[in-house]
Amino acid sequence: MQVENKEFKPTIVAFCCNWCSYAGADLAGTGRMQYPANVKIIRVPCSCRVNPTFILRAFQRGADGVIMCGCHPGDCHYTSGNYYARRRMTMLFDFLDYLGIEKGRTRVEWVSAAEGARFASVMNEFVKNVTELGPNKRITDLRCKMEKEGE
Amino acid sequence: MANLNLTSENIKRISGVDARKCMRCGKCTASCPNFEDMEYHPHQFVYFIENGKLDKLLESKSVFKCLSCFACVERCPRQVEPAKLIEAVRLTVIRQQGANHLLPDEIPAAIDEEMPQQALVAAFRKFTK
Amino acid sequence: MQKIGVFICWCGSNIAATVDVKRVAEAALHEPGVVYSADYQYMCSESGQTLIKNAIKEKGLTGVVVCSCSPRMHEATFRKAAESCGLNPYMVEIANIREHVSWIHKDIEEATEKAVILMRAAVAKVNLNQSLTAGKSDVVKRALVIGGGIAGIQTAIDIADAGYEVDIVEKKPTIGGKMSQLDKTFPTLDCAACILTPKMVEAASHEKIRIISYSEVESVSGFVGNFTARIKKKPRYVNEALCTGCGICAEKCPSRKSKNEFNEGMDTRGAVYIPFAQAVPKLAVIDPTACIKFKTGKCGLCERNCTAKAIDFNQKEQIIEEKYGAIVVATGFNPIKLDGLEEYGYSQNADVITSLELERLMNAAGPTGGVLLRPSDRQHPHKIVFVQCVGSRGLRPCDKPYCSKICCMYTAKHSMLIREKYPDTEVYVFYIDVRTPGKNFDEFYRRAVEQYGVHYVKGQVGKIVNDGGKLIVHGSDLLMNEQVIIDADLVVLAAAIEPDPTAKSVATMLTASIDTNNFFTEAHPKLRPVESPTAGVFLSGVCQGPKDIPETVAQASAAAVKVVGLLSKDQLTCNPCVAGSNELLCNGCSSCEKVCPYGAISYITKEVRRGDFRRVAFVNEAVCQGCGACTVTCPSGAMDLKGFTNKQIMAEVDAICK
Repeated sequence: MQVENKEFKPTIVAFCCNWCSYAGADLAGTGRMQYPANVKIIRVPCSCRVNPTFILRAFQRGADGVIMCGCHPGDCHYTSGNYYARRRMTMLFDFLDYLGIEKGRTRVEWVSAAEGARFASVMNEFVKNVTELGPNKRITDLRCKMEKEGE
Repeated sequence: MANLNLTSENIKRISGVDARKCMRCGKCTASCPNFEDMEYHPHQFVYFIENGKLDKLLESKSVFKCLSCFACVERCPRQVEPAKLIEAVRLTVIRQQGANHLLPDEIPAAIDEEMPQQALVAAFRKFTK
Repeated sequence: MQKIGVFICWCGSNIAATVDVKRVAEAALHEPGVVYSADYQYMCSESGQTLIKNAIKEKGLTGVVVCSCSPRMHEATFRKAAESCGLNPYMVEIANIREHVSWIHKDIEEATEKAVILMRAAVAKVNLNQSLTAGKSDVVKRALVIGGGIAGIQTAIDIADAGYEVDIVEKKPTIGGKMSQLDKTFPTLDCAACILTPKMVEAASHEKIRIISYSEVESVSGFVGNFTARIKKKPRYVNEALCTGCGICAEKCPSRKSKNEFNEGMDTRGAVYIPFAQAVPKLAVIDPTACIKFKTGKCGLCERNCTAKAIDFNQKEQIIEEKYGAIVVATGFNPIKLDGLEEYGYSQNADVITSLELERLMNAAGPTGGVLLRPSDRQHPHKIVFVQCVGSRGLRPCDKPYCSKICCMYTAKHSMLIREKYPDTEVYVFYIDVRTPGKNFDEFYRRAVEQYGVHYVKGQVGKIVNDGGKLIVHGSDLLMNEQVIIDADLVVLAAAIEPDPTAKSVATMLTASIDTNNFFTEAHPKLRPVESPTAGVFLSGVCQGPKDIPETVAQASAAAVKVVGLLSKDQLTCNPCVAGSNELLCNGCSSCEKVCPYGAISYITKEVRRGDFRRVAFVNEAVCQGCGACTVTCPSGAMDLKGFTNKQIMAEVDAICK
């Protein structure tokens, strides 16, 4: 049906909380730590702002992996946001796994503002995993695809 | 001694107690009712195990002089519980293959009238744990 | 439709060396809503900002996207620039193409592609941006200090000196706290009362300070700058306006069986009493559980003897309601209960005492008039054993896992004072570690050992048994590898300190957080140590963690500065990126209220359409910090976060996945 692109470059959406992980990503940049260009970061105030529908939407629109980063447990700028996020994501990822979006395509990571190197290594590893899994075909909306090809 | 597998890790596994939690307060030794008879005292047991220097403990009779009265377990503020560590060393000694076993006819000579028969006490403890 | 301008910064060669900025600028023009794009060497420079400002004015831009460094760096700069020429600052968004693109990628093709995508996401977001206006709220120029110990007193005096009204709420009949019970203070050995009581008087006589003693805060509502507190004033059964504090009532009272709290229960007081001679306010108080009049209806001796006619057996509980701009928590500490630590036999032996009890025994105003006598037989003790870390640094349920910090120093102080006053006394101190960081602290401890000959024994005490009046202390001397047995006359336990039991309810009331040990949590452990994470609530003294007097006073003054900084503002600007609920969608289910860490959400009944009254969520914008927890929890999708709306984030996702 579709010829697999030899050099598959997954599309990866990363949600990063403003206070820890986004700052950690900035630190990775300041330290010139390389990670693949496939990762595109969306800034949110807190990991608990990430609505599961955002993640579903990303997969629907053709993302191959979604990673959510927040402050370490206990360090949330808003005291408890990351705990809510952790619970929501645990449930969502199980549900997605059931739908055929493998666990390797979804991930929650805690990255503090001081962990630039960790951010880079997490991203490297995650991109590698998703690349191995290949393109996400499960819930990609065909209409979106046609739109894309029509362009 | 190598076949004994008497490492700190193994002692930790048997006893379920982490000797590294010790803050060296010495409350165990202060509480020990059989202090006089022991060559090594409870706090030394913990320290030796923490540092992997277990050979000395094996050679000492102190292992079997511990009454298992659990005063140190009761009072240890850091949940290091020395008696459990000593019990673990004791079990390791008893479990070693081939060597060092006490023969039945040697028992009468080894019995100390003043003290409970520790091997028995230890065995009971093992099954009630 | 928005008219968006896209500005791409070179950042010298930081961005331009890896990202083809011209191509990004070109690509921007194909995005919906974009009417203008430009690139420039340094967008954050004065001329760069002018470029943006001119474009806003000339092209009539309604939205701006700056592709540059991290928004954490220059978002504020560009928003300010936009605001200066009339554009709402929240119509500006940043695409981070330096930290997230040029600095981490080497391949120009790849980096440019990513920069275009990030630019596209930012444009997609700005297309949905709405002008936001930061709300303002008035600041009530009055502060509430909960707790009247040295921490609360110092905070109140400093705030009052800056010209603001302060109320101190103290649950005991007098202010002064634990420090008033101390005899001497380390390391200078000056008398606690001599340095504390002038401060108490200063607080009482300060025209800006009101002391609400024998009262407790019952509830607090509101938010930073505008709290409302309900304060419950317990009945003293003494008219505060009439009582002169002469003490004749206390003298005449026939009931003599109540334990004197001030002397740690080592002597007794009447049912009507003045806590201690220097009490502030110096007013009598009747303890209804001990008063014969309350119990039997007969007596009234105090009433008959009171020349000021101040006794009022019919006094009722009063509620004071007051508005405050800031609240300082200074609830302090207590020594732990020692019943669980059976090995020391504290509850069985009268001669096993706590250090605080020893303070009273050595104090001239104490039960023995300052002569050190053991409680059991009133004899002079000749051998005294001090035990440190009693209940501190342990993991048993009766222990506290932390170091109580002050015990090493006060034990050195006690042993030194005893050796000084009674050279015939032998003093032993059982220690695990001696911790004396602080100015002149270690020198002080060494003096106890070298000059005063106090025997410091490295080890702990295993048990204490009473043998015919002697206390047999079984301890260990780890350096000698020995068990030591000391027949002591008196044993003094350095009991761990724990937060006052009221800390928990106060924290709940204020939605301030506490840790597993019930100490208040600071907003940042290093950089914001006197603020709680809840805006407008500040921390002072031991309620935040164990500390000695100088540290407490330093923190108290620091908290006061934070309060003054807040009260000096007439209005507070709120963060406009707050949650808001769509009343037509809200079904009033209370889910959002439960996840809100700030208590910003309440429910109101509102007429959403004519005749259609509904219970709907209402977000207090002054309290909301904009985390967004409620937006995800909301089952009907009524709750949304301004500046990070569902639609905006969705548009970003779409732009990235396109």
